[in-house]
Amino acid sequence: MSDVAIDRSKMKVSDEVAIQIAGMNKWYGTFHVLRDINMTVNRGERIVICGPSGSGKSTLIRCINRLEEHQQGQIVVDGTELTNDLKNIDKVRSEVGMVFQHFNLFPHLTILENCTLAPIWVRKVPKKEAEETAMHFLRKVKIPEQANKYPGQLSGGQQQRVAIARSLCMRPRIMLFDEPTSALDPEMIKEVLDTMIELAEEGMTMLCVTHEMGFAQAVANRVIFMDQGQIVEQNEPKEFFNNPKSDRTKLFLSQILGH
Amino acid sequence: MEKHFARTEMLPPMAPPVTERGVVKWLRENLFSGWFNTILTLVGLWVIYTLVTAALPWWLNSVWTAGSLAECRDIVVATAGEGATGACWAMIRERWHQFIFGFYPAEAYWRPVLAFGLLFAALGPVLFAGQKRNLTVLLAGVAVFLLVTLVPAHAPLAAVVAAVVLLAVSLGLAQVAPGKLLWFTAVFPALCFWLLWGGSVWTPIVAMLGFAVMGGAYLALVGRLGPTSSALIGVFLALLWWLFLDVPLTGVIDGVLPWGLMSVNSDQFGGFLLAITIGVTAITFSLPIGILLALGRQSDMLIVKTLCVGFIEFIRGVPLITLLFTASLLLQYFLPPNTNFDIILRVIILVTLFAAAYLAEVIRGGLAALPRGQYEAADALGLDYWRAQRLIILPQALKISIPAIVSTFIGLFKDTTLVAFVGLMDPLKGVTQIVRADINWKGIYWEPYIFVGAIFFVICFGMSRYSMYLERKLKTDHR
Amino acid sequence: MAVASDVPKESFRLSMLIYDTRYRSITIQIFVLILFALFLSWLVSNTISNLAIRGKEFNFGFLWSRAGYDIGQAIIPYTNDSTHFRALLVGLINTLVVAVLGCIFATILGVIIGVLRLSKNWLIGRLMTVYVEMFRNVPLLLWILLSYVILSETTPQPRDFRVTDEMAAAGTEPAASMMIFDTVAVTNRGTNIPAPLFNVDLGSVDLGVVSINLTILAYILVIAGSVWINRRILASARARQEATGDRPVTWWKSILVLFGPVIALSVALGLHLEVPELKGFNFAGGILVAHSFTALLIALTLYTAAFIAEIVRAGILAINRGQSEAAFALGLRPGRTMNLIILPQALRVIIPPLISQFLNLTKNTSLGIAVSYLDLRGTLGGITLNQTGRELECMLLMMLIYLTISLIISSLMNLYNSSVQIKAR
Repeated sequence: MSDVAIDRSKMKVSDEVAIQIAGMNKWYGTFHVLRDINMTVNRGERIVICGPSGSGKSTLIRCINRLEEHQQGQIVVDGTELTNDLKNIDKVRSEVGMVFQHFNLFPHLTILENCTLAPIWVRKVPKKEAEETAMHFLRKVKIPEQANKYPGQLSGGQQQRVAIARSLCMRPRIMLFDEPTSALDPEMIKEVLDTMIELAEEGMTMLCVTHEMGFAQAVANRVIFMDQGQIVEQNEPKEFFNNPKSDRTKLFLSQILGH
Repeated sequence: MEKHFARTEMLPPMAPPVTERGVVKWLRENLFSGWFNTILTLVGLWVIYTLVTAALPWWLNSVWTAGSLAECRDIVVATAGEGATGACWAMIRERWHQFIFGFYPAEAYWRPVLAFGLLFAALGPVLFAGQKRNLTVLLAGVAVFLLVTLVPAHAPLAAVVAAVVLLAVSLGLAQVAPGKLLWFTAVFPALCFWLLWGGSVWTPIVAMLGFAVMGGAYLALVGRLGPTSSALIGVFLALLWWLFLDVPLTGVIDGVLPWGLMSVNSDQFGGFLLAITIGVTAITFSLPIGILLALGRQSDMLIVKTLCVGFIEFIRGVPLITLLFTASLLLQYFLPPNTNFDIILRVIILVTLFAAAYLAEVIRGGLAALPRGQYEAADALGLDYWRAQRLIILPQALKISIPAIVSTFIGLFKDTTLVAFVGLMDPLKGVTQIVRADINWKGIYWEPYIFVGAIFFVICFGMSRYSMYLERKLKTDHR
Repeated sequence: MAVASDVPKESFRLSMLIYDTRYRSITIQIFVLILFALFLSWLVSNTISNLAIRGKEFNFGFLWSRAGYDIGQAIIPYTNDSTHFRALLVGLINTLVVAVLGCIFATILGVIIGVLRLSKNWLIGRLMTVYVEMFRNVPLLLWILLSYVILSETTPQPRDFRVTDEMAAAGTEPAASMMIFDTVAVTNRGTNIPAPLFNVDLGSVDLGVVSINLTILAYILVIAGSVWINRRILASARARQEATGDRPVTWWKSILVLFGPVIALSVALGLHLEVPELKGFNFAGGILVAHSFTALLIALTLYTAAFIAEIVRAGILAINRGQSEAAFALGLRPGRTMNLIILPQALRVIIPPLISQFLNLTKNTSLGIAVSYLDLRGTLGGITLNQTGRELECMLLMMLIYLTISLIISSLMNLYNSSVQIKAR
């Protein structure tokens, strides 16, 4: 995938800070899942987070839109600190889009309704306008013809693309991807990754938990490796893959690329 | 056989042997496959034969016109010979109005008939949401039903005209904006109450204004205070309206414009009119209460959860009869001294709470069956608790539990017969007992029970079939 | 760390009670609790003032005064001189008797109908569907009233059983005759069934409130012992199978152990049946079972059986075809497949709704009031309530008793559920 021609010209990273995490700790009961996480994400950055299972990478990005609550430290998204204040939480959630491993489309609504629901009820967009936006993004993920079907009638790859379109309809400034391709059959992975690459080319700020190392090399401007709830190493993709610093990273890379 | 067999020409397909096709095959497979099945079939045939030989002459010798049971029997003997039995439907012919209306004044029969017809017009937009054709057929059916029944029921011309105009408008709206018909559904309870009990027309109108106050306050405040607080303030204002403004205001307007219908007392209600009144009201109100209880039970707030669990388990742990007796005997202790309100209303409240507790358990099952991802996706999109429940969680949870919800409704409707034990005249025990106590009809038992049972059967069976239809229609999660 | 310092240090504001996730749920709960407490105190103060207006007080002393009414069906000794509490006990036992018998009969009938409904036999399948739909869609009260009316209005009078001298001479049959080898007579006054009598009376031990009949105790002990020995036999058979792979034949031992001792005890005590006989214009001897009891039992059985049939059917259908195919492919015979593979899984699906049907049946026994069956509702909630005028106490006590029964049954169900839960991730 690294030799796919990708237009990096638009993928500019600005100096503006999009996400700032400082000294963040999280426990499940007595189990310390995230340990002293510090990271800054600038607007336009594309970050891939990888690591062995149970290393806390999903928990980290779920903390960014407060699906999980952190106990210590600070998370500031777009200048809004995530505290216990419901108004802040609502604000952050409407700015941050999220794509799940298992799509989590709403099976009782059509594809179009899935995409217009949040804009209508959260953003208070008029229905017609919401539908136009939804069709725009459905065209973008290349399934406008499925708009009136139900999620159960679509393949996994199509469902995941709908899920991406659904998030985009909220016009988010940041997108979070939680293992978006792990539940897909191999031939469907590509169609989802292509959609994500296109998104990256447009300059979206993306945080992506994935094991697709080809995607990381092609798109990411930073790869973060996590283990045991800590950020062990972060670097530009080239350096990260060719010249890993830590032994854990080397071991992980040898396992994941070795076959 | 040769060692290397090869077919030189292909065989055409052949018909299966006689024992494997047609009627013979069907009989063999479905009735006589093996000795055990054959015995079963023979036993089944014997049972059917016995039932038919016992019941068929009785049905065939039915008598439709007679003044008493003795007269019926004489007619049967005269026509079918000594020792013959025959049904005496003459009793139903003479007393059907009591089975349907109880002691409701005969000159006002048109009111419950009109209310019953309009009930379907009000249910239509809910039952057939988004199905223009079905809705049109239903509304047209209601119109025909009312035209056919209202005039024989001595309805005044004004009422017939009003009903026809109302239905014509509804039919028109169903073509252009079916959603607007829900407004009729919303005001129907008040209209129905007024038609059934009569009295001043202002009583239901002013009471409905309380809801307008609630909705107005909510809409005015929701932008500033958020849904929860503005809903609470709305409810509070509406309560103030009902407690302090309702009665005097009604009195004042009624003094100026004394429009109304003849009042009918609750003890005149009876038969299926009573059963359907209680059943429909309780079904309507138990669903929202049941949903709230189910949400409360699933809540992570300990106190809310405990209260809901306690309420649900208490109601489900005692027989309905004891709750009905609570309505008739104990409410006078629990309410402020000298309050005395209608027995039907008291019964409806208790039956509603009873059904709500059962519904809560059913809906809880549906909520529990939803995957966690649905809640997370709703959160991630920024929907708040009530919106997530209303738009994402409840539609799915209710859909899963439709069969169980409808069987709760069926149970509730059958249980309306128990109001006989607090002195109300249900069709089964109340009316039948009155008929059987009549000297003319003493000793009759099959006919009233068959008549009442058949009506119950049609209604309950219809409900269960509708739930199956709904389940199929709403199936979206298949490929 | 520029951004971090931009965020102002928070101090407590009142709006945080609603908008802060830490306080929000506490705020709501306290609000709910206050509302609930207000509601409760409103109810209690109303009740107190209403009691004062009526000049009544709230106590249960009336339970120990003389009841003064008769109860037709009393399984423990009871006369109209007994206390209201005794009447309550009699009523409770009557409730439980109908409930237990109803559960047993309804289960047997329901299982048969449920299985037959699945049979490949088209005719039987249809018949059973008709049965289920007919009983499920018509109120239980109708079945109770109809059974009662049929039993009490279509059955012959006792004197119809009489054979007069002229009839004997003419060789004509009487208008009615007894059933089942002349041991059971159904008349319009009730059903006369044979009574078991013993030549040897073991007497009874009085324990103050209740007296325990030693004969019944002896039977209970013998049956319990037999069941225990049978389990030992089965356990040793299993042990032998596990050790040697060879399962010994046990069925004849089981039959011997289960039935032998009971028969021996009956012979030793001289068990015989006293058959009811027509004496003059009425039957004497045996036991007269009131129609209210029979009608209630029949109606509850038929009605609940329809629901149980559906549960059994759904339970069997829930087991995937693949399960029995897999068992056949492993070489298990159909009988073993049923015992080892299908039933254990089907029961897991069937038992919970079955128990809630038992619960419903138990609560539905209170409909016995329609045919004047004196159960808990008829004694405590009926005659006692009317005689003493203590609505509040009687109703609360009655609800409490029903609630206790329900909670016992549902906690049994929870125990069962947690013991059979399939282990899954």
